[in-house]
Amino acid sequence: MIQAILVFNNHGKPRLVRFYQRFPEEIQQQIVRETFHLVLKRDDNICNFLEGGSLIGGSDYKLIYRHYATLYFVFCVDSSESELGILDLIQVFVETLDKCFENVCELDLIFHMDKVHYILQEVVMGGMVLETNMNEIVAQIEAQNRLEKSEVSVLGP
Amino acid sequence: MKECMVRLIYCEMLGYDASFGYIHAIKLAQQGNLLEKRVGYLAVSLFLHENHELLLLLVNTVVKDLQSTNLVEVCMALTIVSQIFPREMIPAVLPLIEDKLQHSKEIIRRKAVLALYKFHLIAPNQVQHIHIKFRKALCDRDVGVMAASLHIYFRMIKENSSGYKDLTGSFVTILKQVVGGKLPVDFNYHSVPAPWIQIQLLRILGLLGKDDQRTSELMYDVLDESLRRAELNHNVTYAILFECVHTVYSIYPKSELLEKAAKCIGKFVLSPKINLKYLGLKALTYVIQQDPTLALQHQMTIIECLDHPDPIIKRETLELLYRITNAQNITVIVQKMLEYLHQSKEEYIIVNLVGKIADILVLNTVDTYAPDNAWFIQTMNAVFSVGGDVMHPDIPNNFMRLLAEGFDDETEDQQLRLYAVQSYLTLLDVENVFYPQKFLQVMSWVLGEYYYLLDKDTPEEVLTKLYKLLMNDSVSSETKAWLIAAVTKLTSQAHSSNIVERLIQEFTISLDTCMRQHAFELKHLRENVELMKSLLPVDKSCEDMVVDASLSFLDGFVAEELSQGAAPYKPHHQRQEEKLSQEKVLNFEPYGLSFSSSGFTGRQSPAGISLGSDISGNSAETGMKETNSLKLEGIKKLWGKEGYLPKKEGKTGDETEALPVPQESIIMENVDQAVTKKDQCQVLTQSKEEKEKQLLASSLFVGLGSESTINLLGKADTVSHKFRRKPKVKETKSGETTSAHSMTCSYFSSSSNATYEDDYYLDALQDRGDKELNKFSLNSELLDSESLTELPSVEKLSNCKLSSSPSLFTDNNMEGFHPSQSTAPSVAPETSLASSLLEETSEHMHSELVEVCHNETISVSSYKIWKDDCLFIVWSVSNKSGLELKSANLEIAPAENFKLLRYEPASSSHSPACVLSLALSLSCQINKYIKSLKKKKDQPGTKKNKQNRASGLKMELKPPHGHPQADSGCRRCRHHHQEEGHDPEEPEQLRKLFIGGLSFETTDIL
Repeated sequence: MIQAILVFNNHGKPRLVRFYQRFPEEIQQQIVRETFHLVLKRDDNICNFLEGGSLIGGSDYKLIYRHYATLYFVFCVDSSESELGILDLIQVFVETLDKCFENVCELDLIFHMDKVHYILQEVVMGGMVLETNMNEIVAQIEAQNRLEKSEVSVLGP
Repeated sequence: MKECMVRLIYCEMLGYDASFGYIHAIKLAQQGNLLEKRVGYLAVSLFLHENHELLLLLVNTVVKDLQSTNLVEVCMALTIVSQIFPREMIPAVLPLIEDKLQHSKEIIRRKAVLALYKFHLIAPNQVQHIHIKFRKALCDRDVGVMAASLHIYFRMIKENSSGYKDLTGSFVTILKQVVGGKLPVDFNYHSVPAPWIQIQLLRILGLLGKDDQRTSELMYDVLDESLRRAELNHNVTYAILFECVHTVYSIYPKSELLEKAAKCIGKFVLSPKINLKYLGLKALTYVIQQDPTLALQHQMTIIECLDHPDPIIKRETLELLYRITNAQNITVIVQKMLEYLHQSKEEYIIVNLVGKIADILVLNTVDTYAPDNAWFIQTMNAVFSVGGDVMHPDIPNNFMRLLAEGFDDETEDQQLRLYAVQSYLTLLDVENVFYPQKFLQVMSWVLGEYYYLLDKDTPEEVLTKLYKLLMNDSVSSETKAWLIAAVTKLTSQAHSSNIVERLIQEFTISLDTCMRQHAFELKHLRENVELMKSLLPVDKSCEDMVVDASLSFLDGFVAEELSQGAAPYKPHHQRQEEKLSQEKVLNFEPYGLSFSSSGFTGRQSPAGISLGSDISGNSAETGMKETNSLKLEGIKKLWGKEGYLPKKEGKTGDETEALPVPQESIIMENVDQAVTKKDQCQVLTQSKEEKEKQLLASSLFVGLGSESTINLLGKADTVSHKFRRKPKVKETKSGETTSAHSMTCSYFSSSSNATYEDDYYLDALQDRGDKELNKFSLNSELLDSESLTELPSVEKLSNCKLSSSPSLFTDNNMEGFHPSQSTAPSVAPETSLASSLLEETSEHMHSELVEVCHNETISVSSYKIWKDDCLFIVWSVSNKSGLELKSANLEIAPAENFKLLRYEPASSSHSPACVLSLALSLSCQINKYIKSLKKKKDQPGTKKNKQNRASGLKMELKPPHGHPQADSGCRRCRHHHQEEGHDPEEPEQLRKLFIGGLSFETTDIL
């Protein structure tokens, strides 16, 4: 199961934090910080998996991360997830973001936090992978957007 | 409001407190329109947690939304339920969600399944009745719903695999459909059909088929299919492959599949992509117990990974090595682990690694692999000093137990203890070193127990050291207790010691009550030597103390007290109960009454007395002994004598086996080095590194299964085939397939693939082969672009018989040879000394004459001749001065390994001076010729001295003592090829030095 999904930029500023297991606020922040330091000191050309740490759930967890331009996408998962599978899930997630935002960048994540969360909700629900089919996810998101527009037009005049 | 909530979420994410907004989030979810509701739900799911009190306010909203006709509302409600929902409120929504399983929309069904899964996680007993509905979900016509249900099944099967065996067939069918591409196209990811579903299914199958032949048989076909289907074009196919391999190794084994899976692991391990390499290592670690030969196949890769810049890879490699530790490779592996231990800083890693090392060393109850005492103690010292305070407390305990309990052989034990004592004494001698507390504790215990083994009259010296430690502020009080216990033990052996006096004085006024008590005990014990001797016997830590737990000796005393009117003893819990009941009563009764009846009973009972006697009985050291000895019962003896003596032999055997090989190559290498040009250095360095790795590999992977014998066999083959390597044929004949094959398959791959031990000979050749390879490269099979460009120069050079080279090398598998990049070596010596070549040289292929070293009077050169059945190494000594050379000495030590011959200058120019039958493994005979050109010289002789050491090889060439040039002779040039230069003058210089003294340190195989 996925324990947490963290997205932060190259300076360690969190851009998306989603925990599927309850941690106190300060612990969450600490996890983000420590994860950032762990990930930061790794070169781009070494493997995308990190193991062993005392952050979440002891030894039975690993960090799987990908680095895109200015953002790190880090998934904290336990041993029941496949490493490469998650790696590709990150790719799916990012590609979906890209489709929904048209050339997604860090600013999109800042200004459309809620949307990012909705997209994430379609991909991962309660720590479980819900949907990996990119078209399906985009369809869901678009349905919601349509709804939003119709509501606005109803309320607007 | 909606915007505010989004901002609030952002603030919360950045770590600011936004708790004031929680209630608004709930309100928004309750009251807002659809959009606001959505934000509200999102905010709630991010802000709150399952046990948050505000969450209860949300339950009603959720129920309402679940009943809504609006799909989006239902979706949102299901989402929030699966994210956070209070456990107590599950019954309220459960029927609603169950209904949703029949919903016409896939997305709703899917989310409902996941919500139920969530319930299953937090309250499994509440959803038991709907397991049948999960089955329905598994058979859902929508793939997404089926995929969601896999989560549940994975979980449930993990908990209890036997209950779901009947579903194996369905899972297999599903997987078959997925693999066969029967799913809608949009489930393809990079043209792989639904990879995540495949992964999940494979995992489930792995769980189901574990140790169950019947179920496993059902899935062989589909596994084979997916192994076959997974074409390696994308990451995600690797993910599937990895799961496949995992599953294949989890289920009841089937040889065909295992073979295929092993091949796949090979793909992973050899992959240049680091992620895959990592997974390959992981897979190796997983399968290593079942199939150690697999590690052998990949040993070179593993060795490379050991030096990988990525610490994660390194750690994984160590994990792998940890799994393959055996008697023969333990030293190497532990050394590697220690190296890594010294580098790493993270506590988690240190704890983990220290645990592993100690585990290898101590806890391995079957038989401990440690080759000898000194090594064992030293390694433990290293472990203690690094791991020290973070290590698991079991480790020092086990270590001490091991020392105390010993093996079957008493003398061996004594030696071990003696060595421990000695090493600790030396460690304590070092000034200003801070040892971890646990290490100090172990030290003090060992010194206290076993100092007498040193056979010194008084332990004055060690007492001083302990005293110093005791006065040290950085030592914790717990450690001080250990220290003082050791002092007490030593005092019983010493007759009088003013240090002890001082110590008692010092600590009887200590602020630490514990220390003070120890000091007083010590003081009293000193006054009663008899008691002390009986209390602290020498070397009795293993024997059980007889403790009268019933304290019967106090019976008389108790009876006396009772007769005098004391209250009888009540056990603690009884007193406690009475007290409690009295206190309860107290609440309702006036104060005055309770006093007379309360708590009087316990106080005057003998409890206090018995406690006191307990304390005196448990004075630190006896207490320690007690615990030590008591714990020992029923624990298996570690480190059985049989367990490791034979292994010692094996070890030495390995060394002798391994050593002769590099020796040969090193001579040649050195020869080459002396004359090679700059650009050759690179090649040499590489080859040397290669060799180091090979050695490391051989030392790491010895004794894995039956492989060592195979390797020997392989070597024997090469001997009998006179350089024609046909290990493939041979080995398949011998029925043992795995070890050497991929090597022979990997054409033109870098020599790092030259992994197998029976390729030693190849490496030897490679090392010496800078020049020779130029000739080999004429063999078209070996050509690549680089060597092509060099070809002309090679041809110019080749006064050797090229015709012989094809005959030697065409039909063999020499692909391990990396076509040499070196340019033509210097031929200068050859021209001047060409005449000195042996007559038979011309008939056979031979190398250039290479000058090893020279000075004004003599020069030594060497070259090699390949004959059909042997390799000659010819050393020629030419005398340039007018003096007469009376004798030449070639000494090769140690004598066990080589025949030692002394060669007097004779008229014959090519009588074999010595025949080296390189013991055990070396694949060829070397006939050594010494050709000394007799001229006039009064020099007593030249001595060539080849020393063979356990740690490697050393070759020295030095003039005998008393020689006029003895000064320079004593200079030793430690020559590493890195040093060899970019400075053109350097080779010249080096050569000069070599004439004086030449010493090469080569790879430490340890």
